[in-house]
Amino acid sequence: MNDHYDAQGEAPGISEHSGGGPRSYLIGAGFATILTLASFWASSTQLIYGPGVPILLGVLAIAQMGVHLVFFLHISSAPDQTNNFLALAFGIFVVGLVVFGSMIIMANLNHAMMPMDRLMQMQR
Amino acid sequence: MNVAQQAFGSSPEIPLSMRGPAPTAVVVGFGFWLFLLSDIVIFAALFAAYAVLSGETAGGPNGTELFDKGRVLLETACLLASSFTCGLGSLAVQRRDMQWSFVWMAATFILGAAFLTFEASEFSSMFTAGAAPSRSAFLSAFFTLVGTHGLHVTIGLFWLLVMMVQVMTLGFRPMVRRRLFCFSLFWHALDIVWIGVFTIVYLGAS
Repeated sequence: MNDHYDAQGEAPGISEHSGGGPRSYLIGAGFATILTLASFWASSTQLIYGPGVPILLGVLAIAQMGVHLVFFLHISSAPDQTNNFLALAFGIFVVGLVVFGSMIIMANLNHAMMPMDRLMQMQR
Repeated sequence: MNVAQQAFGSSPEIPLSMRGPAPTAVVVGFGFWLFLLSDIVIFAALFAAYAVLSGETAGGPNGTELFDKGRVLLETACLLASSFTCGLGSLAVQRRDMQWSFVWMAATFILGAAFLTFEASEFSSMFTAGAAPSRSAFLSAFFTLVGTHGLHVTIGLFWLLVMMVQVMTLGFRPMVRRRLFCFSLFWHALDIVWIGVFTIVYLGAS
């Protein structure tokens, strides 16, 4: 490990001490290909119980994002990566808040709204 | 080990206040990482808009009728392969290997351009089918989300061209290496966003 780098932690994506070489990228590309093909297969197959497909797609997508973070961006929970990891955790928190917050609020509004046909009748 | 060794060495017992400023490569990398995370928050807002509006087709065409899964698989393959060649390129840059750096950067550029070509052909076929952004709220959200990702890829391709010219004229000096490093972070992050796009938009439609 380079003395120059561990004074204040490590920038994301520095792969010099995580084995180096193309190994990490090869493993990452392999996993990512398998997960991509699995999600395309899951979306078009009849073998899986229908309502379970979106959950399976979500799990596969999150797994693939994890593979990309670990093998391509070299993010880990190592001590010299604390800053990057905390920033990532905060980013995921904000993303979850925005996406699920909007979906819950809009579903509630849709639920509270009068059905469109009855609204039309009242306007007559 | 004396005090000077402790203060200037790399021992983990040195308190944070005694370690001095972080090297430029670390500051630049961390700052760019924060930018990428805020960029992903922008995409999160667009994903939220799409998730809310994806059913509001206003009698127009819906996703199942419009999307061609074979083409999306090709786009995904192009982007994944370009992420892989970009990673091999950054390894070549670490080795200061001019020839292989150029080979991998050119491969990244070609695969990224192929991705954009597929996306442009998809958009133009949707326009000719009458599925323009103004047709329904679903299509507005779709074109905003996928278009923003495509715009990022376009900007990335221009950035990559500039970096190839800089490597040619300036060589592997620290400034150029830091920029190449930020580019590879940007390119990998775009691939992560694309995972969300193909899962939620294209596969979620069926």
